[in-house]
Amino acid sequence: MNGDAREPFAIRLASRMLQAAFVAVLLILWLLATNVWGVSSILLPSPINVWHQLVDVIRTGQFIPDLRVTLGELFAAFAISTALGVTLGYFVSRSPYFIKVFEPLFAAIYAIPIILFLPLYILIWGLGPASKIALGATISFFPIVLSTIVGFGQVDRTLVTAARSMGANNVQMFRHVLLPAALPVVLAGLRMGFTVTLLSVIGSETIAALAGLGHRIVNLAENMEMARMFAYIVFVVAIVAFLNSVLSMLEAYGRWR
Amino acid sequence: MAVTGADAGIAAAPRTTAPLKHWLLQHPGVTRLAVILLLLAIWEFAARFYLDRDFISPPSVVLMSLTALFGTKGVPAALWLTLYEIAVGFVLATVIGAGIGLAVGLGRFAHRSFMPIILLLYGLPQVTILPIFVLVFGIGAASKIAFGVSHGMFPIMIAVAAGVQKINPVLLTSARSMGASRTQVLYHVIFPHMVPTFFTGLRLGMTGVLLGVLLAELYVSTAGIGYFTSIFTQSLEPTKLIGLVSMLALIAIVLNEIVRRAELHYGRWRT
Repeated sequence: MNGDAREPFAIRLASRMLQAAFVAVLLILWLLATNVWGVSSILLPSPINVWHQLVDVIRTGQFIPDLRVTLGELFAAFAISTALGVTLGYFVSRSPYFIKVFEPLFAAIYAIPIILFLPLYILIWGLGPASKIALGATISFFPIVLSTIVGFGQVDRTLVTAARSMGANNVQMFRHVLLPAALPVVLAGLRMGFTVTLLSVIGSETIAALAGLGHRIVNLAENMEMARMFAYIVFVVAIVAFLNSVLSMLEAYGRWR
Repeated sequence: MAVTGADAGIAAAPRTTAPLKHWLLQHPGVTRLAVILLLLAIWEFAARFYLDRDFISPPSVVLMSLTALFGTKGVPAALWLTLYEIAVGFVLATVIGAGIGLAVGLGRFAHRSFMPIILLLYGLPQVTILPIFVLVFGIGAASKIAFGVSHGMFPIMIAVAAGVQKINPVLLTSARSMGASRTQVLYHVIFPHMVPTFFTGLRLGMTGVLLGVLLAELYVSTAGIGYFTSIFTQSLEPTKLIGLVSMLALIAIVLNEIVRRAELHYGRWRT
């Protein structure tokens, strides 16, 4: 979208209006479908009910235990995969030969939907947080290790040779040459890793868990409390959006540094 | 970049290294295979001597008992059904994704207005609405196909829209000025130029469809794959469970490889 800046204000305004109208039409259709056309509230609860439930969920603080479980799993899994992925990726990237050996291997495994291994992880680690942490760490390991390999592997050889010939030691080399050159790619990988960790944690909670936001949504669905389930979905989407924007800010900050 | 560095390293190597090492340096694939075999050997060894056989099986036992797995009533049917769901889901995701992608990509105004909405929807954690899909479409194939489509259509949509937008405007203007009709422009300029991005979209779409279908299959524990995974988990049959999961992983690998080959084949001509 290279024409953004050149486009007249009127056209930009018009497309913003269209976007707002699109959302408004969806909301109105939702309201009409539930309150006027009589779509069963078991399939689609009224948006007004959902709003009341959402307010109730937030006001009573009922979400706190589930949120704590989900965020705990998320950060544990992400910490493990970041530590392992960045370390292993860095050491693989130090040798062009290792890159040739390991990169296709990691890329091939990355293409498999690893959520498949969830039943196995549940058998080994049980229904609690451990299986979610293990799965989230496995899934996010691959984008992180791959981007670390690419990031550190593509550092311009001229820069490395120049720094070496000017007498840089290993620590200086890492701090002033390798890290700045690799950081944007590694950060992009970490971001990708965070997103897939989040999705896999919520996904595995949905499939089989004892607690957590994904488990709560399924539980409400099974009890046919649709309005409250929709409220939780809205809540989770808001949390995900919030985490994503925090991440974007951190990534921008990291690049700028 | 890295590759040229590697080539330089290998070219310098033969004078100083032994023949075997030299040969290995020239064939990283062999080392890769050795790494895989080493991991399998560690797994085999650990599972045989150290780990609890109620929870993990050595790979050799899994391999030998694949026939028993396929002899289990309903397992082959569940695998075939999953494959069918992926195929139907992929076709639907392609049709819907390409249709909406074209519609959004062709108009400048439509692109500006609807692309943010599509990107927003694509960014939502769709797995949160999985229970709704099952409530609406039931526990049969329909819910799995629908969930696969909803995961697969967005990457295709975005790739197709981006592919249309990326076409050099000079080509469109010159085709027009030489008197091409709108349909002719579509068939002779836009479609051929879209081919590489379209196949990239197909590859990403396949990843999405696989994820969606398998998530739904695992979620529904009263039928299909999810039924067997929960049965095997509850009755502590890791051999069958690992076998079943490996079969699904194999399906995923083969399907991914097909679309990746297609992408390489059709994406080549422009570069």
